[in-house]
Amino acid sequence: MIHFVRILAVTLLAATPLRAEIDIQPVETDASFSAWLVEERSIPFVAIEVVFPGGAVLDTEDRLGATSLMTELLSEGAGDLDSQAFAAAVEATAGSVRFDAGRDSVSLRIRALTENRDEVLELARMALTDPRFDETALHRVRAQTIASLERDARNPNTIASQTFNELAFAGHPYARPTEGTPETVSALSRDDILTAHRTALTRDRVLVGAAGDISAEDLGQLLDDLLGDLPEATVDLPDHAAFTAPGGITVVEHPGPQSVVAFGHAGIRRDDPDFMAAFVMNEIFGGGRFGTRLMRELRETRGLTYGIGTSVATAQHGDSFQGRLSTDNSRVGEVVALLRSEWEWLAEGGITQADLERVQTYLTGAYPLRFDGNASIAGILASMQFQGFDIDYVNVRNDLVRALTLEDIHRVAGRMIDPEALHFVIVGQPQGLDDLGF
Amino acid sequence: MAHRALLPMLAFCVTLLTLAASPLQAAEPGVHGSEPQGFTLENGLQVVVIEDRRAPVATQMLWYKVGAADESPGQSGIAHYLEHLMFKATDNMAQGEFSAVVEANGGRDNAFTSWDYTGYFQRVAADRLELMMQMEADRMGNLRVDLSDWLPERSVILEERSQVLESRPERVFAEQVRATLFQNHPYGIPIIGWRHEMEQLDERAATDFYKAHYAPNNAILIVAGDVSAADVRDMAARHYGQIPANPDVRTAARPLEPPHFAERRLVMRDGRVAQPFLNRVYMAPVRRAGDQAEAAAYQMLAALLGGSAQTSVLERKLTHERGVALSAWAGYSGNARDHGTFSLGVTPTNETTLEDAEAALDEVLAEFIETGVDSDQFERVQMQIRAAAIYELDDAAARARSIGADLSIGLTLEDSLGWLDALLAVTPDEVIAAARALDRRRSVTGWLMGDEG
Repeated sequence: MIHFVRILAVTLLAATPLRAEIDIQPVETDASFSAWLVEERSIPFVAIEVVFPGGAVLDTEDRLGATSLMTELLSEGAGDLDSQAFAAAVEATAGSVRFDAGRDSVSLRIRALTENRDEVLELARMALTDPRFDETALHRVRAQTIASLERDARNPNTIASQTFNELAFAGHPYARPTEGTPETVSALSRDDILTAHRTALTRDRVLVGAAGDISAEDLGQLLDDLLGDLPEATVDLPDHAAFTAPGGITVVEHPGPQSVVAFGHAGIRRDDPDFMAAFVMNEIFGGGRFGTRLMRELRETRGLTYGIGTSVATAQHGDSFQGRLSTDNSRVGEVVALLRSEWEWLAEGGITQADLERVQTYLTGAYPLRFDGNASIAGILASMQFQGFDIDYVNVRNDLVRALTLEDIHRVAGRMIDPEALHFVIVGQPQGLDDLGF
Repeated sequence: MAHRALLPMLAFCVTLLTLAASPLQAAEPGVHGSEPQGFTLENGLQVVVIEDRRAPVATQMLWYKVGAADESPGQSGIAHYLEHLMFKATDNMAQGEFSAVVEANGGRDNAFTSWDYTGYFQRVAADRLELMMQMEADRMGNLRVDLSDWLPERSVILEERSQVLESRPERVFAEQVRATLFQNHPYGIPIIGWRHEMEQLDERAATDFYKAHYAPNNAILIVAGDVSAADVRDMAARHYGQIPANPDVRTAARPLEPPHFAERRLVMRDGRVAQPFLNRVYMAPVRRAGDQAEAAAYQMLAALLGGSAQTSVLERKLTHERGVALSAWAGYSGNARDHGTFSLGVTPTNETTLEDAEAALDEVLAEFIETGVDSDQFERVQMQIRAAAIYELDDAAARARSIGADLSIGLTLEDSLGWLDALLAVTPDEVIAAARALDRRRSVTGWLMGDEG
C-alpha cells in the first residue's frame, strides 16, 4: 500500500524544472530572407513552416473570403500540372505541401524526406509562385467553401464567435468572417483570386521556422529558391482595433439542448510590460485545462459544463480577454451569474501566493514538453517570430515566469478584469436570464 | 475541450498515415534506442517500452482491456463514467490530488474510452516518471468514490453528451447508423451511453465495474521517451508489481454479430443540417493476431478509394470528373476486438440529389472492381507507407498510442510492429477481392438531410 506522505515527498523533490535544451540557429540567406533553424539529424526528414503575416485582414470589404479561397486553390495545380497531376506529384514524394489561411496570416507547412527534398521544394515553389487557378478548380473549391460556410452558419460555436467578433471589433477587419460569407464567396472571380495572391504572399512579409535533417547553408539556398520570386508588399496592414462591446448580454436563438456562451471584455497588448503577468493570471483562473479555478467551480463542484476555458486572446491587430463554455439551456442564468461573481473574485485579488507558485511550477515544467518533434518545433519557431519574440526567448521564458510576484498578478487583474464590462453572447434557448439585472 | 474525452472510433475519413503503426526496421542504435521492447510482469501486467532519447520527456500510458462493449445491459456509459471518476480520490490521495500532482510536476494528463479499451496517460519530464507510476498503480486498486464527486460528475458526462453529440446532428446520425448496423454486438451502443441510462448511473455501478475489470492482469503499460527498458522494468516492478493479479478478471466474450441478410436504410432529418450527405457502412474483418493480411487489404482499399482529396478513386470520379460531389470518402476501421467496419460516403453538390449521388457511388465502385487498381496510384500509396516508417519516429507518444491500442484489442507486439509490412505485402488483386466483398445487400445506408426537401 502506498502512503500519502511518500507521494508528497517525491512531489517536492521533483520540483526543479527541466531546461529547454533547444539550440536555435539564426539563418540569413543570400537573398536576405531570415529563418530560425533547429538542426536535428537523427531522422532523415525536415519540417519547414513559412508564415506570411497579413492573411484575411487584407481582404477588402466587398471581397471577403478572397485570401482564404486563394489559399485553398494554391494546392489545386501549378506550372504545367493540373490539380490531379500536382497532387499526384506531391503524393509520389511522400512529402507534404499544405497551405492554410487565417485571420492574420497565410502559412505554408512543408514536410520532406531527405532523399527527395528538392522535388518537394520545387513543387512548393511552383504552388507558391506559379499557381494555375484554373476555372474548373475555382468552380469546385468555391462550391465546397460555400457548403462549408453554410454548415458554419448553423453551428452554434461559429455563430457565437462571429457574433462576439462583430460586437468586440466593430468597424475593424477583425469583425468580419475570415472565410467570407456564402454571398461574398459566390461573387469571387479568378481576377479576385489573382489579386489576393499578389497581396497576401510577399517577400518582405515572411517568417520561417525549420527543424530536422538540414544544414543552415542548405536551408538558406532552399529558401532563396522558394521565396525569391515573390513580389513586394503593396497593401498596408490594418491599425490596432479598439474593443467596442459594452457590458451586457446578446442572445441568438438556436435550436438544441444546450447554449454556447462566449464572453469577454478588452484584453492586453503583447508589448505591455504586464502581458506575461496576464498570461499567468489566466493560467490560474481559466486557462483551458484541468486544475483552473473556473474548471473547479463550474465543472468539478457543480457539474455545469463539460469544460470551460478562458484566454488572453492577444492577436496581431487586436486583443480581448475571453472565454467559452456550453451548458444546458436551463442552467444558463446560473452560469452567467456565477461567471460574473468569479470575475469579481479575480478582480478583487482572489488569487493567492500558493496558486501562483503552483502554476509557476506547472508552466516552467511543462514548457520543454512542447518541443517534441521536428514538426512541432518548426511551428513554434515560426510562431515565436510572428509574435515578435527574440531568438533567445526559449532560454529566458521560464525565468520570466518565475520572476512574477503576487503583486504583479493582482496589479494586472486590477487593471484588466472588470465584471461590469463582460459581454455575454449566448447562442441557444437560454433560460434564467431575466433575474440577472442586465 | 479534450479533457476526459471520448476517443472517436468511427472517423469518416481514415487516412492511411494516421493508421500506420510502427517502423519497418530498427532505427540506428543510440539515436532512438532500439525497437520497442516488450515484457510481462509476474502479475500479468504487459509492458512495452519505446525509447526516444531526443528530449528528456516521457509518456506513460496505462491501458485496461475493457471498454464500453463490456458493459452490462442497461448500464451504457459506465466504462466512460468510471474513466472520469478515476480522477477523483483514492484511499491514499485526496479529491483531485492526482491531476494536481501531475500539474505541480509540469505534466499533462488525460484519459479516453473506446468500445474495447480505456486508457490513462501522463506526459512529464522523464525524471518524474516514477512518481506517475506510483500514482497510476495506486488508482488501479484503491479508487474511492464519494457522493460529492460522483453526483456532479454525472452531470458532467450528461453535459458532455449534449455538447459533443446532441448538439451536432452528424454525430447523432453516426450513432443511429451504428445502432442500425450492429444487431446484436454492443458495438452498436454509443461509448458515452444512451442518455436515459446515463441518468441512472451511480457510485455502485461504477465501483462494481471497476472491481470486475481493473487489475494488472487486464492491463498494458506503455512507456515512451527518454527511458531505458531496464529502468522501466525496475520501476514497474516496484509499483505495479506489488498489486496481485485478480484471477476473476478476464477478457469476457461479448455477444457476437449474426450474419446479416437484409440491406437496411435510414433517413434522418434535422433542421440544423445545412449540407445533406450519405454514409454506407459494411461489416468488415478485423486485424487478427498472427493474421493481418485480410485487414491490410481493406486498409489499402480505403487508401485507394478515399485517401486523397484529389487523386483517390471516389474523389477523382465523383468530385472531379462527374462533378456530382462536394466531397467523397472511404474509411476502414479494423482496429477492434470483434468486428470491423468499412464505410463510404458522399456529400453531393447542391444540384445533385442523394439518390443520384448514391447511384453514382455504386457505379464508381463497380467500375473500380471492373478496371482494377491504377498501378501509379498503388505505388504512390506504397511510397507513403514506407515514409510513414520514418515520419513516425518523430512522435514517440503517437507510437505509444498506436501500440497500446493494438495490444488492447488482442494483437501482439509483433503484429503491431509488422502492420506496415503487412500493408506493403498487399497485392492489387487482394484489394479488388476486398472491394468485391463489400456487399450492399448486407449493408446500412444512411441519408442525413435538412427539414426541407
